[in-house]
Amino acid sequence: MKFSLSWLREHLDFTASVEDICARLNGIGLEVEGVDDPSERVVGFRTAKILEAHRHPDADRLQVCRVAGGAGSENVQVVCGAPNARAGLHVIFAPPGTYVPGSGITIKAGQIRGQDSGGMLCSLRELGLGEESDGIAELPDTAPIGIPYAQFAKLDDPVVEISITPNRGDALSIRGIARDLAAAGMGHLKPWLTEAVEGDFPSPLAWKTEHPGCPYIVGRVIRGVKNGPSPDWLRRRLESVGVKPISALVDVTNYLTYDLGRPLHVFDVKKLNGSTLTVTQAARETFRALDGKDYVLGTDDMVIVDDAGVQSLAGLIGGEASGVDDDTTDVFVESALFDAVRIALTGRRLAIHTDARQRFERGIDPALVLNGLEAATSMILDLCGGEAGEITEAGNLPDWKRTATLRFERLETLGGVSMTPDDAVLSLEHLGFAVIERDEDRAVFAVPSWRNDVARGNALAQAASLDEGRAAVASRHVDQIEAECDLIEEVLRLYGLDSVPPVSLPLSTMISAPALSPLQSRNGLLRRICAARGLMETVGFSFVAHEDALLFGDVPESQRLLNPIATDLDQLRPTPLINLARALSRNLARGLGVNGDGALFEVGPSFDATGQHLRLAGLRGGLTAREPGQPSREPTLWDAKADLMAAILALGVPEASLSVTADAPGFYHPGRSGLVRQGPKVALGSFGELHPGIVKALGLNGTVVAFEVYLDAVPLPKNKRRTAPALSSLQPVRRDFAFLAGPDVQVQAVLKAARMADRNLIQDVRLFDVFEGASLPEGHRSIGIEVVLQPQDESLTDARLDAVSKAVEAAVLKATGATLRR
Amino acid sequence: MADDLDTLKNDTLAALTAAQDHAQWDAVRVGTLGKSGALTGLLKQLGKLDPQERKERGQALNRLRDELNAAVEVRGREIEEKALQARLQSERVDVTMPAPAISVGAIHPISRTIEEMSAIFGAMGFSVAEGPDIESQWHNFSALNTPEHHPARTEQDTFYLPPKPGQAEPRVLRTQTSGVQVRTMLGQEPPIRIIAPGRTYRADHDATHSPMFHQCEGLVIDRGITLGHLKGCLIEFLRVFFDKPDLPVRFRASYFPFTEPSMEVDIGWSKTTGEIGSGSDWLEVLGSGMVHPRVLANCGLDPAEWQGFAFGMGIERLAMLKNGIPDLRSFYDSDLRWLRHYGFSAFSPATLTEGV
Repeated sequence: MKFSLSWLREHLDFTASVEDICARLNGIGLEVEGVDDPSERVVGFRTAKILEAHRHPDADRLQVCRVAGGAGSENVQVVCGAPNARAGLHVIFAPPGTYVPGSGITIKAGQIRGQDSGGMLCSLRELGLGEESDGIAELPDTAPIGIPYAQFAKLDDPVVEISITPNRGDALSIRGIARDLAAAGMGHLKPWLTEAVEGDFPSPLAWKTEHPGCPYIVGRVIRGVKNGPSPDWLRRRLESVGVKPISALVDVTNYLTYDLGRPLHVFDVKKLNGSTLTVTQAARETFRALDGKDYVLGTDDMVIVDDAGVQSLAGLIGGEASGVDDDTTDVFVESALFDAVRIALTGRRLAIHTDARQRFERGIDPALVLNGLEAATSMILDLCGGEAGEITEAGNLPDWKRTATLRFERLETLGGVSMTPDDAVLSLEHLGFAVIERDEDRAVFAVPSWRNDVARGNALAQAASLDEGRAAVASRHVDQIEAECDLIEEVLRLYGLDSVPPVSLPLSTMISAPALSPLQSRNGLLRRICAARGLMETVGFSFVAHEDALLFGDVPESQRLLNPIATDLDQLRPTPLINLARALSRNLARGLGVNGDGALFEVGPSFDATGQHLRLAGLRGGLTAREPGQPSREPTLWDAKADLMAAILALGVPEASLSVTADAPGFYHPGRSGLVRQGPKVALGSFGELHPGIVKALGLNGTVVAFEVYLDAVPLPKNKRRTAPALSSLQPVRRDFAFLAGPDVQVQAVLKAARMADRNLIQDVRLFDVFEGASLPEGHRSIGIEVVLQPQDESLTDARLDAVSKAVEAAVLKATGATLRR
Repeated sequence: MADDLDTLKNDTLAALTAAQDHAQWDAVRVGTLGKSGALTGLLKQLGKLDPQERKERGQALNRLRDELNAAVEVRGREIEEKALQARLQSERVDVTMPAPAISVGAIHPISRTIEEMSAIFGAMGFSVAEGPDIESQWHNFSALNTPEHHPARTEQDTFYLPPKPGQAEPRVLRTQTSGVQVRTMLGQEPPIRIIAPGRTYRADHDATHSPMFHQCEGLVIDRGITLGHLKGCLIEFLRVFFDKPDLPVRFRASYFPFTEPSMEVDIGWSKTTGEIGSGSDWLEVLGSGMVHPRVLANCGLDPAEWQGFAFGMGIERLAMLKNGIPDLRSFYDSDLRWLRHYGFSAFSPATLTEGV
């Protein structure tokens, strides 16, 4: 919403500067988007007159002029190339030092082809005000000489643009803004009165409304008008707020739209068919509007029809067929109440953005339906002459009167301010609220017609899960409390929210409990562990390309957006690995990730048919850095497994409870991937090389390894309290074993069997070697393990050592069939 | 001293001087003082002499042995020192070579900012609440007093997902984390003090809008919570977050369907330098307000008994302002150079003791 200060003065007596006005507007919720002072763009330009003009002695197309340009420039020589420069012409003069916005240069005194030139004569384009033209601007002969051009052209009128929140339809009018400013102490609101114009003849047209979206509509014919361009003041006003002047009749409706927030429409009576205009539902017609565009209507849209069809899209835009033009002599003026939701829905669907829609959508002042028509009548009679007919109407003005009660103590107990009841009441009265009753504790106000947002009493949408009693208690006072909050909001915004004293929140204890639950805080731990292991944390979109998602498995339609913003952002991701792989691909394409830094992770949601799950996902690709004596290498699945195990163990999962199975999801290399399980059923995570086919499909090269932790499946540690460790003073004894293992034997089983062979003595079992080769039977491996024996109370005897060795050998043989190599 | 002892002494000393390494030196030592060494041999012969002669000869031999022992030891140390010097010389390397690099990761600025917010609000008694990214329209809109025809519900603003089986209404990707507030009010009795940081989604994609971004909303419900508390809480937060104890904070009246009175919160900054807390310009950072009575009633709380405030802020926006990050889209691009530049060390988590 734009307004100029001169227009504001029509409704508000004020002496404040534009800066003060803007600061106050910001404070009271009418946020200033910008201030445009056109005079600032044309600083230095003056009105002037060419006294003499002669041809330049050395240039055919130049003239040497003597110019009178006011104080200090009474008689200046200026060389000018414009063909229309001539003696006696009133012109715009830029003395040296003037910045010319149209060409971006600053005028200097100098010589042109040997002739002194002390300034420049300008076109409007050079001032940034007009189109390209053949010559310099020609001012009327009546123009004074030597005054600032901005003053002459009445450009010294700053225009303020404010954004209006959806609740404040009343502020989409200059009068509404003036009212708010007056209430905020920025001047006095001038009275606004419109006189009823008596109709001189019965209305030749009648209204009928059969659409529920139009409860009330009025209109009148004015005949014998003469349409044409509006007077300068009106044109300038409309232009100042960005509205293009069209003709007096149209300009009047636009003027009142801005001035009072009262949209109106004018029909050319002679272009209408029949004697009845009906507000009704559209019937899938195609309608050509005043903007020259054709709109295909539905059946919910509200239209105004005559005998020939649709003449106007109610509350949005008029029709081309019945629009006024310069030949219009009889005009029918419409003023109506239209349903905000109906207008919003049609406007949105047809993408019609008009000043009328903007106002109807937010709700207009019902009391202005008739007064707005009268104001328009007076203006049209003034500007276009003619005689007004009687007013015709249909429907009834709905009862808009509402009350709201303010308990004065609530200013402090909700608003946090201590102010006198008198001050609060006065503020509300300035906004148009009228006291109906008042006692020591409270006042009841009548809500003014233009404040659609106050005490509306919208329907509740209580949770379905609430029991009846609770729902009833919660809702019993809500209407009164909302109306009271509305009033407090008005009082506070005028009082100034900055004046409300800030108060620290009371704490029930000096030290607050942790903000994060144990489940939440472990995500931070995981991030730190991954970052410490060289992985960069990323944040990826929750949606990815459907095609990418398909590569990673289950992609249910239930997790596909109905209205994606782009085709590559349409599927909620089954795993963050998709984002990581795409990110790795981008980085490698930029030549990054070849120094061991092609490592990314994310802690974020994944989505499948059962819903949303939290995952830690990590990815390594590219190459490690080359070091002296150490060539670069690709990551291996062991890097990913190490990352995965570090994460799982950090979460407090006992290592002994874990096992690995080779049935990882299909996006991994089937022979180089695994699931880490706790017990037989629960999978905590996966790791491995990405499937070569997927690597290729994602535009990646080389080996890419990945891991995921299914965080929802990882339990919190059961017992935080630790038992004291047995720290023996005796040295551990290490014994190596090599087993010949058949093709199906897993190292995991060998290690586990060895560990369980003597649970008291065997503290640890480590794999130190795996060997395959021609010296072994086909498909067999030699598995070398180191068993660490920790005596507790006495040194191990040879007999005990021997017994443990035999137990290890027997346990491994029994569990896996692998035999000890001797 | 007898001539043979002089000779032995001189020969040994000469041999020691001639010895250049440990082996040669050891040969001299063994040859003179070892079990079958020359001196040892002479000592063994003492027993064959008569007592007077033995005494003199014994004293002379002992003196010589002590003398040679000392000489051997000194020479031994010299050779050892020489060998050490030679070794050190040979082991010299170019210490200007870089040490092998260990890749270091970093924490993303969004995570870091959430940690900072959690630390500050945590100190004010807030706990962190979370909820699903996919919400029902009731949780995302209706409960929050945003009526069905509200422009926010249009496809231009909100992402929709197919309805749950057996239901008609499409689900939404939450446009704000307010659904978490709704769940909290339904799930626990006041007093409530939560923040809800998380992913949010809006159908907007350009230089300053991302279809996914993060918001941190907050909710305080209790008896007797006023707009003064709202101001106190948010001013304290902003001043600690930006580490500017005198940061100017301005409250402007505004409108949100779920709060009343509603206000936007600006902080002082300089448009020309971008510096927070100085200059004469204002920058909007937060939306806030007293919880609308209809929202309380929708969630089963009696607005005659309970009241409080709510607020919401863009996590990326605050991270950009605090860390001087110019481009919103770069947060999600995962460019390694950007992540290294703006990322945070794993070893300095956001705590109030170390400073956020």
